[in-house]
Amino acid sequence: MFIINCPFCGERDQSEFSAGGEAHIVRPKQPTELTDDEWADFLFMRKNIKGIQFERWNHSHGCRKWFNVIRDTSNDKIHAVYKMGEKPPSN
Amino acid sequence: MKNNYSIFSLLKNSLSYHENWKQAWRDPEPKKEYDAVIVGGGGHGLATAFYLAKKHNMKNIAVVEKGWIGGGNTGRNTTIIRSNYLWDASAGLYDHALKLWENLSQEINYNVMFSQRGVMNLAHNLQDVRDLKRRTHANRLNGIDAVWLTAEEVKKFCPIINTSPDIRYPVLGGTLQRRAGTARHDAVAWGYARGADAMGVDIIQNCEVKGIKRNRDTVDGIETNKGFIKTKKIGVVAAGHSSVIANMAGIRLPLESKPLQALVSEPVKPIIDTVIMSNAVHAYVSQSDKGELVIGAGTDAYVSYTQRGSHDIVEGTLKAILELYPIFSRMKMLRQWGGIVDICPDASPIISKTNIKGLYFNCGWGTGGFKATPGSGDLFAHTIANDEPHKLNSAFNLNRFVSGDLVDEHGAAAVAH
Amino acid sequence: MSENFRSTETKFLDKTNRISFKYNGKKYYGYKGDTLASALLSNGVHLIGRSFKYHRPRGIMTCGSEEPNAIVQIGGNGSFTEPNVRATEQEIYEGLEASSQNCWPSVEFDVGGINNFISPVIPAGFYYKTFMWPKKLWYSLYEPAIRLSAGLGKSPTQPDPELYDHKHLHCDVLVVGGGISGIIAASISADNGNNTVLIDDKNSLGGSTVYQNDENFKINDEISSSWLDKKIEELKNKHNLTIKNRTSVAAYHGYNYLLARENFADHKPLDERLNKLRQRLWKIRAKKVILATGAIERPLIFNNNDRPGVMLASSVKKYIDFFGVRCGDKNIIFTNNDTAYETAISLNKKGIEVTVIDIRKNSSSALVKTTQDAGIKIYWNHTIVNTSGYRRIKSIEIMEMSEDGTNVVGKKTSLICDNLSISGGWTPMVHLFTQSGGKLRFRDADQVFLPNTAMSDQISIGSCNGDFELDDIIKNTISECKNFLSASVIDYDLLKVSCPKQNESKIIWLLPNDKPLGKTKPFLDFQNDSTAKDIKLAMREGFKSIEHVKRYTTTGMGTDQGKLANMHALGIISETAGVKMGSLGTTTFRPPYTPLTFGTIVGRNVGTFFDITRKTPMHDWHKDHKAEFENVGQWKRAWYYPKKIESMHQAVQRESKAARESAGILDASTLGKIDIKGTDASEFLNRVYTNAWSKLGIGKCRYGLMLNEDGMVYDDGVTTRLSENHYLMTTTTGGAANVLSKLEDYLQTEWPELDVWLTSVTDHYATASVCGPNSKNILKKLFPNIEFNDENFPHMSFKNAELDGINCRIMRISFTGEHSYEINIESKYGKSLWEKCMDAGKKFNITPYGTETMHLLRAEKGFIIVGQDTDGTMTPSDLQMDWIVSKKKYDFIGKRSLYRSDTMREDRKQLVGLLTDNPSEILEEGAQIVQDEKKQPIEMLGHVTSSYFSPNLNKSIALAVVKNGKNLKGQKLLVPMKDKTINVTVSDFIFFDSKNERLNA
Repeated sequence: MFIINCPFCGERDQSEFSAGGEAHIVRPKQPTELTDDEWADFLFMRKNIKGIQFERWNHSHGCRKWFNVIRDTSNDKIHAVYKMGEKPPSN
Repeated sequence: MKNNYSIFSLLKNSLSYHENWKQAWRDPEPKKEYDAVIVGGGGHGLATAFYLAKKHNMKNIAVVEKGWIGGGNTGRNTTIIRSNYLWDASAGLYDHALKLWENLSQEINYNVMFSQRGVMNLAHNLQDVRDLKRRTHANRLNGIDAVWLTAEEVKKFCPIINTSPDIRYPVLGGTLQRRAGTARHDAVAWGYARGADAMGVDIIQNCEVKGIKRNRDTVDGIETNKGFIKTKKIGVVAAGHSSVIANMAGIRLPLESKPLQALVSEPVKPIIDTVIMSNAVHAYVSQSDKGELVIGAGTDAYVSYTQRGSHDIVEGTLKAILELYPIFSRMKMLRQWGGIVDICPDASPIISKTNIKGLYFNCGWGTGGFKATPGSGDLFAHTIANDEPHKLNSAFNLNRFVSGDLVDEHGAAAVAH
Repeated sequence: MSENFRSTETKFLDKTNRISFKYNGKKYYGYKGDTLASALLSNGVHLIGRSFKYHRPRGIMTCGSEEPNAIVQIGGNGSFTEPNVRATEQEIYEGLEASSQNCWPSVEFDVGGINNFISPVIPAGFYYKTFMWPKKLWYSLYEPAIRLSAGLGKSPTQPDPELYDHKHLHCDVLVVGGGISGIIAASISADNGNNTVLIDDKNSLGGSTVYQNDENFKINDEISSSWLDKKIEELKNKHNLTIKNRTSVAAYHGYNYLLARENFADHKPLDERLNKLRQRLWKIRAKKVILATGAIERPLIFNNNDRPGVMLASSVKKYIDFFGVRCGDKNIIFTNNDTAYETAISLNKKGIEVTVIDIRKNSSSALVKTTQDAGIKIYWNHTIVNTSGYRRIKSIEIMEMSEDGTNVVGKKTSLICDNLSISGGWTPMVHLFTQSGGKLRFRDADQVFLPNTAMSDQISIGSCNGDFELDDIIKNTISECKNFLSASVIDYDLLKVSCPKQNESKIIWLLPNDKPLGKTKPFLDFQNDSTAKDIKLAMREGFKSIEHVKRYTTTGMGTDQGKLANMHALGIISETAGVKMGSLGTTTFRPPYTPLTFGTIVGRNVGTFFDITRKTPMHDWHKDHKAEFENVGQWKRAWYYPKKIESMHQAVQRESKAARESAGILDASTLGKIDIKGTDASEFLNRVYTNAWSKLGIGKCRYGLMLNEDGMVYDDGVTTRLSENHYLMTTTTGGAANVLSKLEDYLQTEWPELDVWLTSVTDHYATASVCGPNSKNILKKLFPNIEFNDENFPHMSFKNAELDGINCRIMRISFTGEHSYEINIESKYGKSLWEKCMDAGKKFNITPYGTETMHLLRAEKGFIIVGQDTDGTMTPSDLQMDWIVSKKKYDFIGKRSLYRSDTMREDRKQLVGLLTDNPSEILEEGAQIVQDEKKQPIEMLGHVTSSYFSPNLNKSIALAVVKNGKNLKGQKLLVPMKDKTINVTVSDFIFFDSKNERLNA
C-alpha cells in the first residue's frame, strides 16, 4: 500500500484515494464529429503501460480533489504528483 | 515416444527407481521460422498450441514464454471452473470449455484432477435474487445445469455456511451448478505442454518477446532475447502483459492490468466439499485436495504489474469469509500472492483477429480465465488456423468496442473468480 | 510422569511455577516459560506427529517458526481449538491440551504408515500420471481417497471465543528482531532521538546470545550473554523506545508498510481468555526499517535423516542452555561447519555424552580445539549413510568420504545414539527484505542469498545480512546503523569483541551414499515428504525452473513454507544441472512470514461491524410498527409492514390498495440528494442529463435520466430548481455515492470552467412521501398556510414551507402515479415529521408502505427502477424513453455512444409490459421469454424484470425487456419455467391510468 502525496492535503495512505485510470485522455469537445473508431478509442482503448504511467487519482476520503500522478506500474513507485490542468513536471 | 502415463507405467518405473522417466517436454532452441508462434506459455497458450497441432495439423509451431510455463495466472488462480454465465455468447464459450474439461485428463493423458464438486453462488439481497434467478433460467434454457437453491437448501448443501437471518447480509438463496468445480492448475499447463510437445510443438521457455516485426499491415515475426523468429501468424496469449505486446505492435487494447490476490490457509482435514462464491459480500472459497482453504480476493482498482496488491483487499475478503464462516476465525493464512489480470470494460474476453494480418489476441479474461482454458485454446486455435473466428467466439471480437455490441458479464464476474 | 530430561538449572524458566498440561490425553508437567516442545522433550517425548504423505513418525526438529514436524492441534475439541500449531512456539499454560495430527488411531500406531511401504510407487507427481482410468472411478474412488488423506489438523467447528483488533502505529525507526544486532540497533536509534519500536516474536529479548555462556565469546571482557543482559535492561529505560514481545512481523509491503501480529493470550489458561483480546494486528508505517531477522540453521540431507531425535544442532543447544533440557543421553553431532561445535561444548559441559561427525577434513577453529580438549571424539571426513529407529533414532551408520567428497569409501561404522544434531550451515532470513521488493545477491563462499538493493528506506543487519561471527555482527551493526540513522550518539564505539573465527564450511547439498539414490530416502521437506530423489525426478522429467520443481514435488509448500527445504532444493538442482546456484534465483518469499490467523487479519470488523448500517431518521418508528426491512446498499429500508398474521403478499396488497384509495406514506429518505449551486448549474445539468434544463422554471421539478459515457442508463431521479442558480438533485438510493463521484470527476477534470458546486446532502434531510387521493387533504392539515390547488402548487413544482416553525421543502412529484407530495425536513426532525403526517392522516386511514409496495405501484404505472429494469445494457430508447433524449442539445454524457451501429439497432431488447393469460399467475422476476420452445437451441428474447399481482387491476402484471419489443404489442409469447410453460401477451408497459388523470385528482 503506497503513500500518495495529495497536492492539496499532503502525504496520505493509499486507502484514502481512488484510482481513476490513465490521465490526459481529454474528452472530445465535439463527440459527434468523431467516427465510431475514434469514439471507441476515447471510450475504451488504453495504453495500460508497464512502467512510467500518467494516471488520475481522487482523494475520495479526503479533499475529494482529482489530480494526476506519475507512477511506475512495474514497482508502484510514485515519481510525481501534479494538479489537474497543470503540465506534468518534466524529467 | 513419450511414456504413456498410467498405474502400470508407475509400477514398471518403480522397479528402476523412477530413473527412466522421459522428459515431459523438450527444451529446444528456437528455429528460424515457424508456421505460427504463440506468445505466452500459460494454460491458454499451451492449449492453443495443443489444438493447433491436434485439430489443425499445424505442427511446425512454437510457444514462447518469458519465464517458465504456467508461471503466470495459470499457477496463481483459485481454479474455479463453471459455465453458469448469463448471455448466450458466454454460456456457449464457457460450457464448451466445461465439456472439454470433463474429458481433459483422458484427452491429454495427464490427470488434471478436475473435481466436479459443484459451485454455489450466493444471493444476499433482493436484486441478487433477481439476477441469479435470471441467470439460472437462462442457463437452463441453454442446457447448463444450474439450479436455484433456497437458503435452507444452501445450508443443506454446505452446512458450515452461516445462514442465520441475523447477519448483516443474510443468505437469501443461491444457485448451484453441479458440473462445476475445480482442477489442479499446474497440471493443466504441464499436461497441455506435454501433449503439444509430443506432436512436435517447440516450447521455448525463458524467451522474452522484445518486438513484433511488421511488414506494413502484415506480421513478419518476433524479436526475442533468443533472436528473431520469422512467422506469418502470431497468437498473443499474454494475460496481464497483453497490452505490453500490443504496444510493441503499435496497437492499443481495451484493457487495464490490475493486481488480483488470492490466499490459502494451512491445510486441514476436509471441511468444505464444494466451491462457494458470494458476489455481494465478496468472498469465495473452496478446499483443495491438499486440505488448504483456497480463497480468492478482489482486484485493486489501479493498474499495476507488481504482482502485489494492497492489504486492504485481503482484509476485506477475509472479513466476508468470517461473516459467512465464523468457524474459520482461528484458521491461519499460510500464503498470499498476486497475479496480474487484464480486464475488459464488459468483463468478457477477447479472442480475436486484429487489423494487422496474422496478429491475433486472446486476452481480457480478467479474473476468470482459468475455467475457460481448454475452450479458449480450442477456439483460439481455430481462429488462428482459419484466420476466422469459430461461431462460439465470434461475439468476442475487438470490433464490439466500436459497435457497442458488448457482452456485459459484470453480473457474472463482478468478483474475482 | 517426571521430567527425567531436565538436567540443568536455567534462569529462563520460572521453577516456582510448575504447569501441568496434556499431550495426547496424557498428563505432563513443565515450567512457566517452557514451550510445548521443550516441556515434551523434558519428559522424554520426541515422537510428535506423522508426515503428510508417507505418515512417517516425526519428532521435534527445531526450536522456532521453521519447525516442519512438531505441529499439533491445540485446545482439544472445544471452541479454543487450533490446528497446525508449532509445538516449538506454543508456550505452555495450565490446562493446555495438545494432540498429534494426521494419524489414526494414534501417533504410535498409524494406519497411514502403510504409505511408507508403497512409497516406491508414489514418487513426486504420481497423481498426475494415474487415477485416470476408468474415468468414472475418479469420482467414486480415486478422488475421495485423495481427499481422505488431505490436511493435517482439524478446522474448528465453533465460532471463535476470543477477540482481535487492529491498531495503526507510526514511528521513525522500526527494528525487527530482538537478537543482539536488533538490540544494538534499537539502542542506537533511540539514543539518537528517534521514536523507535523494537519487535521480537519471542516472549523475551536476546536471540541466541542470551544463552551464549562460552568463554570463547566475550564483549568488553564479559561473557557475551552477561553483557547482553545489561544492554536489555538499559533498553527498558529508554523513553522513546517501545518494545513489543510476542510480536511477529507478518508482511513487509512497499512504502515501509508492515503488518505485525502481537499475541496477548496464547500463553494464558483458557479461563482467562473468553471474550478477551487474543491478538492485535499492528499496521505500521515506519520512516526507516532495520531488519535484524537472523538466520536459521540448515539441516543436512542424507538417507533417513527424518527420524524423531534428529534435530538441528543449534536447537539442541537452545534446549540445553535455555530450557535446561537434554534431548538425549547419547548425542551425535553431524556437521559441515564450526558452529555446531558450540553445541558439542555445551553438552559436554553438562556432562552429556557427545560425539562429532564432520564431513570436513579438519578445522582450526578455537571451538574445535575446545571440543578436542574436552576429549570429544570427532570423526573427520565422514558422513552418515543410514539411520535406524522407528519412533526414535537408535543408531547411525557412517562411512568415510572419498577425496573429492562425491562418494563414500571404506567400511561402515555403526554408532549408537538417541539424538542426532545436524548442522548444514546457516540461511539468512531475507523473507521480509524480499517481500518489500528488495533484490538479492548470492555469496558463493557459504552459498547464501543476501540483501542487495532495497526498494524502501531500510537496512538489514546481523546474520540476516550474512554476518555470522559475533565480532562482525557487532562491528557491522554499529557502522551500518550509524550511517543509516546519521547517528552521532554512539555508546558502542569502544566495544571489544572476541570470538573464535570460523573456518569455511563444506557444502554438499546431497551427501553421498553407498547405495544408489533410488534405494535411499534423503528428505528435504520433512512435512511434505519430498526427497532429493523427487527433485532429481522432476528435473529428469523436464522441470527445470525452481518454481516448477517446487510445485511438482511440493517442496516448500508445507506450513513452514520451505524455511528449511528451499535452499537444499536449489542446491540439489544446481549440483545436478551443473548450474551456478546464484543464477537459479530463489522462489518468491510470500507473506505472511509465519501463518497469520484470519481473525487477526479481520480484527473487529465482524458481526455487527462487518459493514456500516445506515438507518433513516424514521427507522425506529418503522421498527416499532413491525416493519420488515430490506438491505439496499448499506441502507435498511422498510420493506413492508405486516399486521399480525399477514403474509408479505397480503401486506403488500393492502398497502397498495390503501395508497391508491385514500393515502399512503413512504420513507424516501434514502434517496441520494445532491445540492448543486453556481452560475453554470443549468448548463451542468444539460451536460449530465439526457434532457434539457435551461428552461426549467424556478420552483419547478423535472425528471432526468443520466447515462454512462457508453450510452447506457446509469441513474435517474427528479431535480428541483430551488432558485436561479440552485438545484437539488435526487438519485437512486444505491447510486448516490457513485453519481456524486462521477459528477465531481467531470466537473474537476473535463469542465473546470463551469462555476458549479456540489454537496452531498443525502443525510441532511429526511423525506416523507405522502400519496393518494387524500394526500392533498393531509398536507392541508399540516401546512394550513399553503394553498394546495393545481394553480398555486401544480404537479412537478416545489414550495418552501414551515412545519411548526421548522423549515421544509415540499415537492409535488409522484413515483406512484397518485397525487403526491414529498416533504423534506432536516434529518433530526424526520421522525417527528413522520409522526405528524400519520397524525394528520389518521382520519384518511393513511397507510405506511414499504419498498415492495412502492415497486408495485410504480410498476402499475410503468415507471422503471434503474438496476432492476435496467442492467447496464439499456439505452433510453430501449426503455421507450426517446422523449427524454434531447435532439437539440449538442452533447451530453453518453450521447455519442447512442449513434453506434449496435446501439442504433432497431431490434434491441426493449421495455414492454407482459400480461399472463391466466391473470392470477404471477411471473417470476428473472424468468426468460421465448417465442418457440421447440426450436433448438432455444432463442431467448428477453426476461421479466419486475412482476407483481396488482390489487388495483386485480391481475398479474409484469415489466420485461424483449427483443424488438416495441413492435411486438399483442404478440403471444412463452415463459418456460422448470416445470411448466406460462403463456403471456406483450402489452403496453403502462398498466394503470395511462392518461395520468390521478396526478391531478
